[in-house]
Amino acid sequence: MRGNQGTLRRHETMAHIDHGRMVGTSPARTDGAQKVRGLCRYVDDLEFDGLWHGATVRSPHACARIVAIDAAAALADPDVVVLTARDLPGPNVLRLIADDWPVLADGRVNHFAEPVALVAAPTRERARAAVGRVEVRYEVERGIHDLDQALASPRILASCRIERGDLEAGFAAATHVVEGVYDTAHQEHVYIEPQGMVARPTAQGELEVIGSLQCPYYVQKALALLFDEPVRVRQAPTGGGFGGKEEFPDAIAAHAALLARRVGRPVKIVYDRHEDMQATPKRHPSRVRHRTGVDAAGKLCAMEIEVILDGGAYTTLSGVVLSRAVLHAGGAYACPNVRIEGRALATNTVPSGAFRGFGAPQTQFAVERQMDRIARLIGTDPLTLRERNAYRLGDVTPTGQVLEESVSALECLAAAQARTDFKRRWHEIEDARASGEGHALHGIGLALSWHGAGFTGEGEQRMRSPVRLALVAPDCVEVRVAACDFGQGTTIVLSQIVADALGLPTEMVRVVDPDTSKVPDSGPTVASRTVMVVGGILERAGRRLVRELGQGGAPPASPAEFVELARAYLTQHGELEVEERFEPAPGQTFDETTYTGTAYSAYGWGVHVAEVRVDADTLATRVERATLVFDVGKAIHPVLCAGQVEGGSLQAFGFGHLEDLRLSEGRPLQDSLSTYVIPTAVDAPDFDTILIENPTRSGPQGAKGVGELPMDGGGPALVAAIENATGIVATRAPATPEVLLEDLLAGRTLGPEAVAGALQAGEPLEGLR
Amino acid sequence: MGAPDAVAVAGCTDLMVVDTATGRRHGAVVDLQRLPELAGVRDDGGWIDIGAAVSFSQLRREALVAEHAPILVQAAATIGGWQIQNRATIGGNIANASPVGDSLPVLLALGAELVLASSSGERRVSYADFHRGYRETVLEPGGLIVRVRVPHALPDQFQGFKKVGTREAQAISKVVVALSARRVEVGGQEHLADVRLGAGAVAAMPIRLRRTEALLEGAPVGADTATRAAREARAEVNPIDDARSTARYRAHVLGRVVRRLVGDISA
Repeated sequence: MRGNQGTLRRHETMAHIDHGRMVGTSPARTDGAQKVRGLCRYVDDLEFDGLWHGATVRSPHACARIVAIDAAAALADPDVVVLTARDLPGPNVLRLIADDWPVLADGRVNHFAEPVALVAAPTRERARAAVGRVEVRYEVERGIHDLDQALASPRILASCRIERGDLEAGFAAATHVVEGVYDTAHQEHVYIEPQGMVARPTAQGELEVIGSLQCPYYVQKALALLFDEPVRVRQAPTGGGFGGKEEFPDAIAAHAALLARRVGRPVKIVYDRHEDMQATPKRHPSRVRHRTGVDAAGKLCAMEIEVILDGGAYTTLSGVVLSRAVLHAGGAYACPNVRIEGRALATNTVPSGAFRGFGAPQTQFAVERQMDRIARLIGTDPLTLRERNAYRLGDVTPTGQVLEESVSALECLAAAQARTDFKRRWHEIEDARASGEGHALHGIGLALSWHGAGFTGEGEQRMRSPVRLALVAPDCVEVRVAACDFGQGTTIVLSQIVADALGLPTEMVRVVDPDTSKVPDSGPTVASRTVMVVGGILERAGRRLVRELGQGGAPPASPAEFVELARAYLTQHGELEVEERFEPAPGQTFDETTYTGTAYSAYGWGVHVAEVRVDADTLATRVERATLVFDVGKAIHPVLCAGQVEGGSLQAFGFGHLEDLRLSEGRPLQDSLSTYVIPTAVDAPDFDTILIENPTRSGPQGAKGVGELPMDGGGPALVAAIENATGIVATRAPATPEVLLEDLLAGRTLGPEAVAGALQAGEPLEGLR
Repeated sequence: MGAPDAVAVAGCTDLMVVDTATGRRHGAVVDLQRLPELAGVRDDGGWIDIGAAVSFSQLRREALVAEHAPILVQAAATIGGWQIQNRATIGGNIANASPVGDSLPVLLALGAELVLASSSGERRVSYADFHRGYRETVLEPGGLIVRVRVPHALPDQFQGFKKVGTREAQAISKVVVALSARRVEVGGQEHLADVRLGAGAVAAMPIRLRRTEALLEGAPVGADTATRAAREARAEVNPIDDARSTARYRAHVLGRVVRRLVGDISA
């Protein structure tokens, strides 16, 4: 790690501490050494006797009718098996929200690279060769390839609406009305390990799947519907997810399982990067329209917001992504009169899906750019405007939720100002920009963001999330949850929480590998819920285990006493297993029809300050320094927590200026890592990371979710810094050099006289206009 | 190399990417990287003589290259990342003949020549005559690039290089430009002579910007010349839209970079 780690350094050397004090320290992750030494066995490393390989016949068209499928040439190889939609044992649907996502295309394809048929063969090479010999005849139809086309003839996958106060009265009271339209593009997850799954019939004749995934019980539900039989699902060590392994593993698991059932052997499907980038979900592209009323002092009086998401060809998770997008669309700002309307529209593109932030990065890009626009209009700096409007304790959100605890927006802003001297530097650059010289244009920008932890509304109540702790040996308590570690460090973090609840060191807590035959359905590993929600239930389970172990007497006062009591208990009764479930805090209800009530039980708060250098000749942006101030409630494991904040911010900066994914007739132009550009280690700025701990009642030792929050503000902070440096007003993420050039040529600037001197100098832009 | 579907490699950093993506197979892969005839950097009477199998890491470390061809060292340092630079070779970069190869505009600007070998013997060609079209060269089937020769730098010679990549490392160029020119004093004013301007990613192959070179030849050093050169450079290319950038951006940036490099001469 680089840069000034703020409060972190104190913790880093504390390897051994008193029991009951594991939280707040940074013990080594249990899987670390194995991964660094290359010994960790991912799904493609797993070997099975008699293993065959699966491959997928995909549509080369975004919108077409399937006229005929002819597998004769492929079947000339007697070992090859080919399956189509006709061969399914159950309904042709991967069930999420709506039942519209097919396992295999039947009769028509609705997006490029849609699976049309499956092939299995004894080797991967033969399977791939056979794919090329399955002939599919299509009748190509005109598709809808982007939001502009979708808006012209909308097919609505999901919609929702929030309304509070009196919008017209709010606008009537406003001194200024500011309008803006903001766009964000597809973003690819680029987890380091592409999607992969193995399915096999067990010796008992049951079906088992092992794969790279975030949500074992989602996969189990998908397969149960298809096969009408119980299926065992196990998570293999998983090389990254970022949400990309939330819903898609349902599909690849179904494919592998269909082939395994057909050939009666283990079948493995592992995508290469190219196939993964073409065929798997991406972040929803968005268009957000703002109309904002502000009074003379810069206080918000009215916000009217329209959110449009590109859901792709099938609904998959668009309804819940839209919900989170809309609930975060007003930003971290109090406004008495608000109307937010959202729609997710269908297009002939790969279904948009879960991706770190889940709709909130898109709408917060828009609201943060809008706040910058408002700040300029009323003649103040971006930080001061945010200070005036940021949520304070007791403020009310658009859903009518009163923020009763753990609100840190102002504290984050103050720390960011103290660390960076933002206001002075921003003004200085503004004043000097037009007369500046030289190739290097420096700028500073910021964003304030908030992110609700856990499922939206009453999702957690519905989920109930049973977790189990089991005393299996005098010195070993097993954690049995479905939460998956796919790089975040969930395993060590949950063991720290449980260790403290038990009064034990983490070495005495073992988190079992997720396996639906061994762990209860404690919910998917999504929505920044693992630490706060699952961890919170585990903390309760730990206290209960200690109580039950004490059998009415005094709880153990030390690990030694615990071992003694545990030995006696195990001899007398055998294994002690306790189960706890989610319990909502009193009074926390949410009405999904009116969108009113407690949308999230706790919110994380964060400020990104990006300091950039823009090259006046190439318009390439380098983020030189990033100050990250985040309230996480409690940093359970400060090193991993800072890793989430810094890694998430780097991913957000990629979203802000590098990661360009354009489609041509529904086909991605960037479908390899040489054309889809993510930040490398060399592109990472120096980070100055400050973790603030403002606890919530809803999480273990006060912890709130941290996984997604860093994704929200990085993009707009970076684009704001580009605006400060250049005078170009970008309203789109990513603001690539090509986008900035077009903005400059089209005059989307702060004004002809406000553009950076170096951009106006010499031969300006003639010949290109 | 006589086998019909044999391929010669010297680093494999391009070949492995293409083969993996396309499923292409070769009858034989012949590794040239340890042939002594293709190794080393030596001084050879007014030229530096670089083995085709010299890696970019080695180029970055060679004092002779730093002295006479500093822009070749600069280009070597922008190729891929350290791991790529350890494997990839200058001969491989040339033979791969990509329009975006980072070292290629530099060799054009430096007036390099190549020593080619085949079963019919050795010959020398000016590097400016090597590329014929998109991934098409004068190298005959079975032929090899043996040495890359770069003339010694002259005391009054300016060299400039700029790669416009997609990010800070592991980046493929959107535009790459290299300039070499002598500064000759005429009547108390510095003028440009022997101007060579190489550009990549703006055409189907690495090219010399001949019209811009002609404009610069004999022109006075200064901001006005730089601006006129930018305009000429932009007008003489016809770049394309692709997955990495746009034609408009490439044309614009080519002009800006040419202006910057020519402007740097007076700095």
